[in-house]
Amino acid sequence: MTATDDTSTRDSADKGGADKNSADQAALAGIVGGTSAATVKQSMNRGDSRGKNFAATVVPPMMLGGVFLAGWYFVSYVLLEEKRRFLLRPPHEVIRLGFLEWDTFSDILSALWSSTKVAIIGLVIAIIIGFFFATIMSQAKVVERAVFPFMVALQAIPILAIVPLISFWFGTGQFSRVVVCVIIALFPVIVNTLFGLQSAEKGMHDLFTLHHAGRVTRLRKLMFPAAMPAIFAGLRISAGLSVIGAIVGDFFFGKGDVGIGQLLRRYANQLDGEELLAAVIMSSVLGIAVFLLFGWIQNVAIGRWHSER
Amino acid sequence: MGLGVFALLIVGEKIRMTGTAGAALAFDMIGMTFPDGTEALRDVSFSVDRGEFVTIVGPSGCGKSTLLKIASGLLENTAGAVKVDRERLGYVFQDATLLPWRTVTGNVELFAELHDIPKAERRQLAQKSIELVGLSGFEDHYPKSLSGGMRMRASLARTLTLKPPVFLFDEPFGAVDEITREHLNDETQRLFVSEGFAGLFITHSISEAVFMSTRVLVMSARPGQIVAEYDIPFDYPRHPDLRFDPDFAKLSGEISHALRGGHS
Repeated sequence: MTATDDTSTRDSADKGGADKNSADQAALAGIVGGTSAATVKQSMNRGDSRGKNFAATVVPPMMLGGVFLAGWYFVSYVLLEEKRRFLLRPPHEVIRLGFLEWDTFSDILSALWSSTKVAIIGLVIAIIIGFFFATIMSQAKVVERAVFPFMVALQAIPILAIVPLISFWFGTGQFSRVVVCVIIALFPVIVNTLFGLQSAEKGMHDLFTLHHAGRVTRLRKLMFPAAMPAIFAGLRISAGLSVIGAIVGDFFFGKGDVGIGQLLRRYANQLDGEELLAAVIMSSVLGIAVFLLFGWIQNVAIGRWHSER
Repeated sequence: MGLGVFALLIVGEKIRMTGTAGAALAFDMIGMTFPDGTEALRDVSFSVDRGEFVTIVGPSGCGKSTLLKIASGLLENTAGAVKVDRERLGYVFQDATLLPWRTVTGNVELFAELHDIPKAERRQLAQKSIELVGLSGFEDHYPKSLSGGMRMRASLARTLTLKPPVFLFDEPFGAVDEITREHLNDETQRLFVSEGFAGLFITHSISEAVFMSTRVLVMSARPGQIVAEYDIPFDYPRHPDLRFDPDFAKLSGEISHALRGGHS
């Protein structure tokens, strides 16, 4: 088959409407591929590509999950002798004692809720402080230069290193837990908000300059809207960190409501393997929920005009 | 129509001054040297009256855009003087610079909003401008779902809400495809005829320049100076087929020649 033939076939196919088009293509594919079976299969793939996509996204993680569970059982029952099995209880035991036993599971849920409240309060405070500093920093370069090194220093302190200091200053109650959350969640809020505020294109700034827009108008109508995608990216990170902060704080601070950190500690001390694993899994569920929640909020707030790539 | 009537003025240092006193936009011996020592413009003098559409063609980096920035006040010239009313200056950038978080209507309303025009009135202004550029039906679309040409139309509509007496265009159609560009040229020309503003257009497309303008100025490479000036005599409204007219081709050829630096 020559190049000229090829083109003329396509030309006629174009003129002949969809049916003829696909028929010609099928014929071409048949000639090129050597078999017509390949063509039939191709067109079938096109037909249920949506179902295919779903299967393609769901099957691999499920398979890995299956392998993971099998490995878990293998460790519990084959690698560990019975008297050392408390180190890793089999999955169904975790479900039975951790999730289906209402006394235990309600303990986990109420501890989780207590930690969630701490995380939310900490996050809100971090957002308020973060917006405030980022806004000022965006307005005056000198403030940015002054504040930034301290922000980096604050970020560089491992949270575990600062926990004793916090308990020393603020005691071991709810307030200290919130302080941990604020410290750990603040940095991404400031950095992302500042980056976002500075992200409006020069041309857009020129528009506002040409029409004599004041500082507040420029902030409200240009810089903040332009910053929204970056702000949401920061919030997603900060929200996750805030949950971690709440758990870490709770782990070390004994007073106040029992959060998930206290519970983890108690289960570990009592060698309650099943309950411990259940609490770990629920902490992870909380982290995932927070991540999904902020993704959803972002989509509702700016999804109409902003698409992530 | 003979080519003899085309006034071709070769101008070196001295530029023909067209009644600067009443002109909507006038440049008088403008010079621009950037802090790093780059001399972008030297002794640029010309004026644009209402009802005139002047286009500057020149090689990239010759300072054409700099001149518009000076006219608008975004840049401060280092020599000479500009005369223009900056209160309602229309300025269309190279990029559409639409705010991505606003719909077409929201974007078109922006300038009126910045000038504190009441909501009902600016809604009406926006509606009219959107119709004028042929974007009706796309009022609620966000910029991300518009083509390059449509974004440029929205940008034009946004500027039209100001009813500007002076309209600056900084290579606005450089990024769109040839067919869209010709459509947009056609519409810009139509807007010029209906609104009667003083237009100053920057481009490096000669055919675009000749098609829309009453006058074409040729700018030299850096430092930018006006080296030639051509009156374009075709009557408005101009039909797209004008591009295939022999006189059009002849004139384009001469401008192209001047652009390459040979005036002989």
